Amino acid sequence: MIEVKHLIKSFDDKVVLKDISTIFEPGITNLIIGRSGSGKTVLMKNLIGLMQPDSGEIRYNGRNIIAMKKNELKLLRREMGMLFQGSALFDSMTVLENVMFPLTMFTKDSYKERCKRAMFCLERVNLKGAENLYPAEISGGMMKRSGIARAIALNPKYLFCDEPNSGLDPKTALLIDDLVSDITKEYKMTTVINTHDMNSVMNIGEKIIFINQGRKAWEGTKDEIMNVNNKALNDFVFASDLFRKVKETENLAEQEG
Amino acid sequence: MKALQNFGEYTLLIFRAIAIPERWSEFFKQTGKEIYKLGVDSVWIVIFISVFIGAVITMQISLNVNTPLVPQFTFGYVTREIILLEFSSTIMCLILAGKVGSNIASEIGTMRVTEQIDALDIMGINSANYLIMPKMVAFMVFIPVLSILSMFFGIIGGYLVGFISSDIITIANYELGLRYWFYPYTIVYSIIKSVVFAFIISSIAAYFGYNVKGGALQVGKASTNSVVMSSVMILTFDLILTQLLLT
Ligand SMILES: Nc1ncnc2c1ncn2[C@@H]1O[C@H](COP(=O)(O)OP(=O)(O)OP(=O)(O)O)[C@@H](O)[C@H]1O
Ligand SMILES: [Mg+2]
Repeated sequence: MIEVKHLIKSFDDKVVLKDISTIFEPGITNLIIGRSGSGKTVLMKNLIGLMQPDSGEIRYNGRNIIAMKKNELKLLRREMGMLFQGSALFDSMTVLENVMFPLTMFTKDSYKERCKRAMFCLERVNLKGAENLYPAEISGGMMKRSGIARAIALNPKYLFCDEPNSGLDPKTALLIDDLVSDITKEYKMTTVINTHDMNSVMNIGEKIIFINQGRKAWEGTKDEIMNVNNKALNDFVFASDLFRKVKETENLAEQEG
Repeated sequence: MKALQNFGEYTLLIFRAIAIPERWSEFFKQTGKEIYKLGVDSVWIVIFISVFIGAVITMQISLNVNTPLVPQFTFGYVTREIILLEFSSTIMCLILAGKVGSNIASEIGTMRVTEQIDALDIMGINSANYLIMPKMVAFMVFIPVLSILSMFFGIIGGYLVGFISSDIITIANYELGLRYWFYPYTIVYSIIKSVVFAFIISSIAAYFGYNVKGGALQVGKASTNSVVMSSVMILTFDLILTQLLLT
């Protein structure tokens, strides 16, 4: 569980996060949604400690990451996995070496054991057969899968995904969403996902936080999101024709029924 | 003011880079790779340039100081001094700043803009240490080899001139010049300088690469800036070190 309390973050004189409080629960997929530039990435970078907030608290099962000493933070980091927007695979390593990398750095396992664990993770994301290719030789979807495999190699308690399906076709995007969701359930991880894709919201949005201009404007589930009376959220949700039509059909059905 | 801030950031980064590696085995593996990439891959260009410059220096001196008042063996002597004192360290490092410096800056810069450095940080790895130290160590360890190769082949270049035309200089005179007033300390001096320059090139390039913000365009800019900055620093330190070591 990650608790965020009164988080404020500004750059120079521009306030990007304005007093955000929320809770990310384990075993479900927590989504942070909002328009481009609303502050999603900044929020996530604060969560994982790559940025320091101006004030507020971020508690990992009670432990405040902001007040942590270097060594404590380092230990906590072993419990985190992250999938980056561009996958951030190491170019100079093969897929297998990428997934093995955290194991090499942080475990005392033999090469054989590390290899076995890495292959297990690759199998989990359906990437068997690509282990000896370099990142430049695989597709965007495969890169995301490799990124997930690397993120879960050390069996993290917390998984962060920054726009896991940006740049993917809708079908592959859904596959990646499902994969992240399944893994979250399987290992009871606390998963936080940044997205502006309504498809993923409706697919895996078990808990959704809507950020608008740096403020938390709404919080709820995918079942509630279509029927909220909130101008900013409605603009976001019904920006695409598809969801507007879905909503209209629903309304019609209600009137008739 | 900005320069002072940059220097502060640079110092902090290098201090962060110089730390005990997370895994020694990984460090040695990386350093080995870097020695190959930064050092061994530069051998051919060093040899090529040194032979030509050695030959050209000998020819130029001979052609320009063509008077009976100056004995021919001095051409060999001057060639030796130029090559040992300045060419094999300073000029060679200026050239390598272009090759090795831009390589380091663009590699680390690319890792920055594609979030690979963030990925290291979130794993709890000291990214500065993991990425920068092997490059610095590798280049500083290998630069004496390049420097000595440069001396050797620069001298060979002078010989070639003697072989081709004894009007310019005879081999006997060239050899006499080479041996004339020779202090082995000049070689030590040159190697010390080149190691310092290797530190300057690799650390400045790493700093520029590590702090890239933006995309591919900024990576290119960072790599250009790092070459300019390290060239200026090499020349500045050339002056300082000459003052310290030779007077
Ligand atoms: N390092 C930084 N320095 C200054 N301003 C920043 C920095 N990082 C982000 N910002 C600003 O914070 C705001 C929020 O950016 P952020 O990257 O969090 O948006 P986002 O919601 O992730 O958008 P997107 O969906 O496009 O990724 C932007 O206006 C951006 O200009
Ligand atoms: Mg973002």
